[in-house]
Amino acid sequence: MEENLDGIFSQYAGERGELIPILQDVQRAVGYVPGAAMTQTARFLRIPESAVYGVVTFYAQFHLTRQGEHGVKVCQGTACHVRGGRRILRAVEKKLGIRSGETSEDYRFSLERVACFGSCALAPVMVVDGKVHGRMTPQKAVRVLEALE
Amino acid sequence: MRFEQIQQKAASAWSEFTDPGRPRILVGTGTCGRAAGAGEVLQAIRSHAPQAGLEARVYEVGCLGLCYAEPLVELSGPGLPRVLYGGLAPEDVPGLLRDYYEHGDLRPDLALAVMEGDSLEGIPTFKDHPMMAGQVRIVLRNCGLIDPGNIDHYIARGGYAGLARALAMAPQQVIEEVKRSGLRGRGGAGFPTGRKWEFCRNSPGDRKYLICNADEGDPGAFMDRAVLESDPHSVIEGMAIAAYAIGAGEGYVYVRAEYPLAVQRLQEAVRKANEYGLTGDDALGSGFRFHVRLKQGAGAFVCGEETALLASLEGKRGMPRPRPPFPAQKGLYGRPTNINNVETLANVPVILSRGSGWFAAHGTEASRGTKTFALAGKIVRTGLIEVPLGISLQKIVFGIGGGIPEEKRIKAVQTGGPSGGCIPAELLRMPVDYERLTEAGSIMGSGGMVVMDEDTCMVDIARYFVEFTQSESCGKCAPCRLGTKHMFGILTRISSGEGRPQDIELLEEIAEAVKLGSLCGLGQTAPNPVLTTIRYFREEYETHIHDKKCLSGVCKQLVTFQVNEQKCKMCNVCKENCPANTIEGERKKTPYKIVQSGCTKCGICFDACPFGAIEVV
Repeated sequence: MEENLDGIFSQYAGERGELIPILQDVQRAVGYVPGAAMTQTARFLRIPESAVYGVVTFYAQFHLTRQGEHGVKVCQGTACHVRGGRRILRAVEKKLGIRSGETSEDYRFSLERVACFGSCALAPVMVVDGKVHGRMTPQKAVRVLEALE
Repeated sequence: MRFEQIQQKAASAWSEFTDPGRPRILVGTGTCGRAAGAGEVLQAIRSHAPQAGLEARVYEVGCLGLCYAEPLVELSGPGLPRVLYGGLAPEDVPGLLRDYYEHGDLRPDLALAVMEGDSLEGIPTFKDHPMMAGQVRIVLRNCGLIDPGNIDHYIARGGYAGLARALAMAPQQVIEEVKRSGLRGRGGAGFPTGRKWEFCRNSPGDRKYLICNADEGDPGAFMDRAVLESDPHSVIEGMAIAAYAIGAGEGYVYVRAEYPLAVQRLQEAVRKANEYGLTGDDALGSGFRFHVRLKQGAGAFVCGEETALLASLEGKRGMPRPRPPFPAQKGLYGRPTNINNVETLANVPVILSRGSGWFAAHGTEASRGTKTFALAGKIVRTGLIEVPLGISLQKIVFGIGGGIPEEKRIKAVQTGGPSGGCIPAELLRMPVDYERLTEAGSIMGSGGMVVMDEDTCMVDIARYFVEFTQSESCGKCAPCRLGTKHMFGILTRISSGEGRPQDIELLEEIAEAVKLGSLCGLGQTAPNPVLTTIRYFREEYETHIHDKKCLSGVCKQLVTFQVNEQKCKMCNVCKENCPANTIEGERKKTPYKIVQSGCTKCGICFDACPFGAIEVV
């Protein structure tokens, strides 16, 4: 897929230090970081493609594959762990039929486990499309997902 | 504009906010509040107030710290007391507004505290609220009390007066003032802030950088998020003062991408501070030039480490490098750089405006001032607190936090996140300061405090943290890359019932090697959760290894699931959900039964049962 990234590049001076913000913009626009976008970014910054690939694969935020319509993130931070975060993740995995790190075949859902959202006082929490849902139980988590369907 | 004029303008904006001459409603809409439904409550207030004929001013404020009682709403009006309400749902709104504004009924059943003046109708004052008693708020001075988007509110409450004073002093005098205050880095290691600044000031170079480390990555910590969301200017002002002291013209805030609201509030604050001439090309007409930029992290825990953070800012993989040279000598793009954490910087304006003596009067001899903690886990009142250093854990957990829910017994308090340790219940009387926590095998860390009760398995907790550090290890140095992986393997083996008699000694040996041999703080502290749990809970490890039992009922392979016949309502849900088809029973006929020979201990029935009838023994 050849994306036109000139609109993004025009915001930047073309310096190495801008690599991560550029990739963040690409992901915001495309939904993930396709191979072609990495090539274009490398050319724009005049750095090796391997350096771009190295950065994309180092940081957890970047996705190399197309993501689902709804992003579901289940927190596995300490407070969530102590209050049963693992059970929430298990219930969500079962409901969506995918494991964390995967996207459903129909591209409806992507599921991730995340280390901490900083909403520990309301543990366990789950984030769906950017909205934080606190004080989850396995049943409540399933209801949140059903409401999207 | 001169600073006095800015202050006058701010004072009039503040009096408009505090006394608008009509009903005033404040809604706490920090991330925690929103997660608890503050957005819906706000909407209910906005739509219902006009219907009820209330011409109210509705403001969004930050986090007061009483997260357990979110969403929080404060009501007031001409001649009416300021009362804080908690745990509201949208459907409570019409009744509450009617009772409070029409009938003069303060609704003590929903009220948490009276924010100003004396206690009323049995509602305590805010400072007498059980969660506030014993707290001293310096860092959190404005959190939840001002509109974080309004710079005038910050200024009216003494904001930017510290910067104004600093700019009238010589940079070296500013450093001396901070040194006298005894402030130590709040990001974890506790290095004296004034000395850190001095190193950077004395490093040769005409171009220097000041960085605010807002990459709050410890799971279980949210102090910095709350400060950035609720009082962003306190951090910007602290940065400006630090930059002036070290001689930096540029500053960066490196903030986690997982904190979108904090990013938004910071962007707004940076713009406003420039607009007011508090930062920019000529800060307050002093000739001092300082520009702040924001950089969002991309989700790597190791980037909280200074040299990894610098690599990330330069657009590289966030991998640490050996020190020396220290960032103060060779930092961002090879230039002298000073890095301070959010909370450290938020303390600085107060030290400058109220004086180092005032600040140093709080806390202990070696640990001056206060510390914020994120109180979470198995505790009644979860939330954000700020206490003088030297207070006991006992007071924090049982006083401020209200103890353990469901009459369970406390087992341990975890401080310092994945770099810290578990402090057992026997040591709760210990004062909280940098040295005592280190002696106990933990660290102060950034301020995560997770309380664990008797249902928490300490082997599982050690395994949890090592799983985290091994997946976040950048892989550059072998002790950390391999050591954390091996410790994780051994802990997994122990928790699945395959522990070997010599495993505890093996863990200790690897832990020591990782501690000594790792390149950066991540590896050097990664063994702490393992070492402290072995030190204080060795018998739990032994029970797992020798008796193949997890007495807390957490390690799934070591427990048996069974149906409590008294609680079973014969609804068939467990049978429908069992992937191993090993549950017998018939709907509404006889209580269900798990046939143990086929059970894979996946725990799905346990989660699925709506009546809690599946038990772990």
